Amino acid sequence: MTPPMQMPADRTARDWVGELRAGGAREQAAVEELHALLLKAARFEIGRRGAELAHLRGGDGEDLAQQAADDALMAVLRKLDEFRGESRFTTWAYKFALLEAAVKVRRRAWQGREVPLEDEAWAALSAPGSAGRGAEEAELLAALREEIERTLSERQREVLVAVTLNGVPIDVLAERLGSTRGALYKTLHDARRKLREALAERGFRVEEGSEDR
Amino acid sequence: MNHHDETLGRVLGPGAPELTCEQCFDELDRYVELTLAGEPADERIPGMRAHLEGCPACAEDFRSLRDLVGREGD
Repeated sequence: MTPPMQMPADRTARDWVGELRAGGAREQAAVEELHALLLKAARFEIGRRGAELAHLRGGDGEDLAQQAADDALMAVLRKLDEFRGESRFTTWAYKFALLEAAVKVRRRAWQGREVPLEDEAWAALSAPGSAGRGAEEAELLAALREEIERTLSERQREVLVAVTLNGVPIDVLAERLGSTRGALYKTLHDARRKLREALAERGFRVEEGSEDR
Repeated sequence: MNHHDETLGRVLGPGAPELTCEQCFDELDRYVELTLAGEPADERIPGMRAHLEGCPACAEDFRSLRDLVGREGD
């Protein structure tokens, strides 16, 4: 029978870092304990994303969790020097497992699917006569569409349309385009800035976002 | 907020100074703990909220970490 897992709160951050560098059996025990925590976090993430994996075979979710925990363990050990102690060690470590699991689920869910880079979503957005839309808003949407075509580079347009209109996860797009989340988000950010500036030049007032999280 | 406002919000983003994805990941654990403790997380880590509004993937990472750590604190 597996012994009960030590609770995260039982160790302080300094204990964790010290034990993970202790060498020998102590280090091995700490690594195993950390892996168990990362696996728990990965299972949590995959569990809440069950709908995205509904079409997969039964064991695939657990395989993804194991892979995510393994990759997260490597990342945590590689970045141990960067832990600043500004949060609990476990909170810091969990984020690596959640990230690995989320990226794996998104990529698996989109495996074999074409990533739409064109503006399919515009049809719904710009359909005339949609209920509740005023003339001013319709004008803004039309101007936005024009500026997406006119102002943005091809790469900026692809990223903006795929991520914001077609709902392609940025990690999936990054994998397809051979890029990274950070680099693509920078592209998206630059595209948004250009669009805001172009709309402002045309006299549109665009409020700062205030979406609820 | 209606459907078109949401779409406009997604396309145009927050329009406020924001962190990068890398900076967001670096600060995520601290931001989550501040949020769960009821501390003024947005004052302590400026640009985080705007980034989470603009980046759906980082926003999901935030919600997951908040919910996981929050559950353990119950």
